Amino acid sequence: MTEPAPLTCDLCVIGSGLAGMSAALFAADRGLSTVLVGRTGEIIFATGLLDLMGVHPLEAGTLWEDPWAGVAAVVKDLPQHPYARLSAATIRAAFQEVLVFFETQGLAYTGFPDRNAAVLTSVGTAKVTYRVPLTMWKGVAARQSKADCLLVDIQGLKGFSACQIKATAGGAWPNLRTVKVVFPGASPHGEVFPERLARALETEGVRANWAAVLEPHIRGASAIGVPAILGIARPVAVMRDLEKRLGCPMFEIPTMPPAVTGLRMKEAFERGLAARRVGLLLENRVFRAIVRRESEFLLEAGRLEPERTVQAAAVLLATGRFMGGGLQADRHGLREPIFDLPVHQPERREDWHREDFLDRRGHPVNRAGLQTDEFFRPIDATGRPVHSRLFAAGSILAHQDWMRMKCGSGLAFSTAYAAVENAQAELQAG
Amino acid sequence: MGQKPLGRDLLETQVLIIGGGITGVGLARDLALRGIHSVLVEKRDIAAGASGANHGLLHSGARYVRSDPMAAVECREESALLKRLAGHCIEDTGGLFVAVEGDDEAYAAAFPSLCARCGIPCQAISPAEARALEPVLSERLIAAFQVPDAAVDPFHLCLDNLSEALELGSRVMLHTRVVGFDREKGRIRRIRLMNAETGAESAMTADLIVNAAGAWAREVAALAGLEMDLLYSKGSLLITDQRLTQRVINRLRLASDADILVPGGTVSILGTTSIRIDRLDQIVPTVAESDHIVDTAAAMVPSLKTTRYIRAYAGVRPLVGSRALDDGRALSRGFALLDHATDGIENFISIIGGKLTTYRLMAEKTADLICRRLGVDRPCLTAVQALKSFPANQWTAAGLAPKLWMKANAPGDLLLCECEMVPASAVDAVIDGIHGQGGSPSLYAIGRRSRVGKGTCQGAFCGLRINAYLYDQGRLEGQQGLADLRSFLSARWRGMRPILWGTALFQEELQEAVHCGYLGLELGGRR
Repeated sequence: MTEPAPLTCDLCVIGSGLAGMSAALFAADRGLSTVLVGRTGEIIFATGLLDLMGVHPLEAGTLWEDPWAGVAAVVKDLPQHPYARLSAATIRAAFQEVLVFFETQGLAYTGFPDRNAAVLTSVGTAKVTYRVPLTMWKGVAARQSKADCLLVDIQGLKGFSACQIKATAGGAWPNLRTVKVVFPGASPHGEVFPERLARALETEGVRANWAAVLEPHIRGASAIGVPAILGIARPVAVMRDLEKRLGCPMFEIPTMPPAVTGLRMKEAFERGLAARRVGLLLENRVFRAIVRRESEFLLEAGRLEPERTVQAAAVLLATGRFMGGGLQADRHGLREPIFDLPVHQPERREDWHREDFLDRRGHPVNRAGLQTDEFFRPIDATGRPVHSRLFAAGSILAHQDWMRMKCGSGLAFSTAYAAVENAQAELQAG
Repeated sequence: MGQKPLGRDLLETQVLIIGGGITGVGLARDLALRGIHSVLVEKRDIAAGASGANHGLLHSGARYVRSDPMAAVECREESALLKRLAGHCIEDTGGLFVAVEGDDEAYAAAFPSLCARCGIPCQAISPAEARALEPVLSERLIAAFQVPDAAVDPFHLCLDNLSEALELGSRVMLHTRVVGFDREKGRIRRIRLMNAETGAESAMTADLIVNAAGAWAREVAALAGLEMDLLYSKGSLLITDQRLTQRVINRLRLASDADILVPGGTVSILGTTSIRIDRLDQIVPTVAESDHIVDTAAAMVPSLKTTRYIRAYAGVRPLVGSRALDDGRALSRGFALLDHATDGIENFISIIGGKLTTYRLMAEKTADLICRRLGVDRPCLTAVQALKSFPANQWTAAGLAPKLWMKANAPGDLLLCECEMVPASAVDAVIDGIHGQGGSPSLYAIGRRSRVGKGTCQGAFCGLRINAYLYDQGRLEGQQGLADLRSFLSARWRGMRPILWGTALFQEELQEAVHCGYLGLELGGRR
């Protein structure tokens, strides 16, 4: 096999989760030639909800209504948290840029000005989040006003029960009704899959048929809640069309991951990045990284084995944690597999996890990760950056617990944003 | 159907059995076959203690040929008998005893004659032959012997014993704890019970009370004002994600840590440790134990260092203390039958210690004593009559649910547990079985009676799917599902925590992202 010529770029982003994808977007928008190397991407597990800051301090389980006040408290209390390296203006700018991008890709978001919203989950709990897909937004208001709602689930769609949501949430929200319907064209017995339902609903005929199925059940409901299956590429358009047919507002409830909501983001990023001429090596991983000179990285990328080389002037590592492969664990410790960067971690495996899974304080191993300087460059034991043009962003960073603090999306966007800006400055400085 | 506590009505029985482990259910069946009806009370669930937390090894006896020849002979006889009479719960895998470089060569040399002395078939084979049979064995093998060890499904065995007893007219009360004994003139006149789930209290009278509470026997005896000399030894085990060997593998040395690897359907079970504990709330496998098990056992099977583990679990061996032995009341080193008439309570018996392999013999000896005390002259039938197989109890077998599911090919029968391919119809059957035992179909109870939660996701996804399904079926209401999900995840977690590295940690992160990141289950009832 002859090896293809190396792909040359200013910045190589490694990782295709929210941090990696948004970093490639920021870089391309700033005129950097960019290559993104990423495995499947845990982005398909995303609920579509964009968190900024929800819970802090974890011990107390304090929920923040104003996420910005939450961020300020985190910055004050946890000076090592990645947010402490960022100004609120940077976090806002990052969110803004991504939200505008999503909107142009058909994934409009909304939310309260500077306030978190509570979104109904598929088990009937409420999830506190900052920015909500437009397709889920009317559920927030409906829940708040305890509106008379019809919850719909679909025969054969596993892990999503309208009865469960009603039973769990119904104590505080009694005006819920439920109905289980057979999806148009689906067998009344077989299993149905969210992705297929979503793609089907992109067809006008299927929407008409589904509206006909739902219509008799509305009976004056002020909104209809459905599983998140309202199309992939144009969910807002799909929702508006159904609302028009039914004469009733509609909202989505996220389904169990991997879900359509994650697929929407993945496809939106892939479309938008390709249009920006970002070199996309998807389903690829980096097998080996060679730091050839102070100014150049050679990255051997491929699917099952190295297939081609990416030659980059700067690298942004957004490989995530254990799911993304950014951190690897064996019985004796954690390591970062591509550059073998020092990983901040608890001393012994006994200390990785608490005895109770649901311990509010979270598990110490989830605060392990890369420590960086103020420019998001991973540092070595002496505190100096390992390389002047090697950056890191997203959940691989140490001193945060995005799952418990509910800050994952904000962390991903804002650290990617800052890292890209710093990389750009470093490249311009030559 | 359900065996509901009778509220204020006083329940009466000839024999009350305390403890739903293999000893208790085995005794219930033995008595039932002799025409003696019993009521069995269990504070948690069937096989919730050591009966469900062991290797699932049906001992040929070879392990005890030097340390305890009497136990070895008992194991030989009982295992042969169970293979004949309870074959549907057993996989007759055969076993290998192997020694590696550094192990005691003298013991290896003496092993065949020690086995012969106990009548246990033992065939020497060369290390090369052993490795041909089981390629994962170490290249550093120095000796190997084939013995008739086998694998047994302890849950299936327990449930079928119970079901047969119930069919013959006995009764069971799950989640029912004995909270007190009312004594009167050297007898227990009344037993006070409490439903652990509802808190409802009830009372019962019994001609005879049998304490078969396993490690909890000391607590039960204490309720009667008796001191019991019982020591607790915790043993932890690890489950691999694949079956590594066809046969049971034993390290050929005096019983020690991490020297047995037992196939259990589609997985292998590796253990154990032996750690003296003082309290029964300490029965949790630890990170240090999992490291110790892996490092030690790798001498026998090197790939144990790199294989993926699914879960750890721990059980507790109740060891009959020295005083009970000195009293000469122990029938063997394996178990002890204590007639508390000698302690001044004429209708109270304890059966403690013992092994899964010899449960039938323990039940027989206990039932013999009960018959003598009740003046019943009926022979034991469990040594001649096969254990009945009940369809509701079959779902613990790996691979059965997918096989039946594919064969039935019913389009509406959705797979609720995708890792182990457990369809809704199997969950329904399991739930019917639970109702038949008077239990409540929690995720935990369903998991104990099926493969649900035993695959790579460890309940992260199937828990949610089954939750949703049960709401749709009208089996859950209010916030029961959330509470059940939380307790199921917590119970699974105890077994996951010690083995969270490599792929298992990846899986854990996914589970946490869903249950905490999305669903916010750690935030309690907060809404």
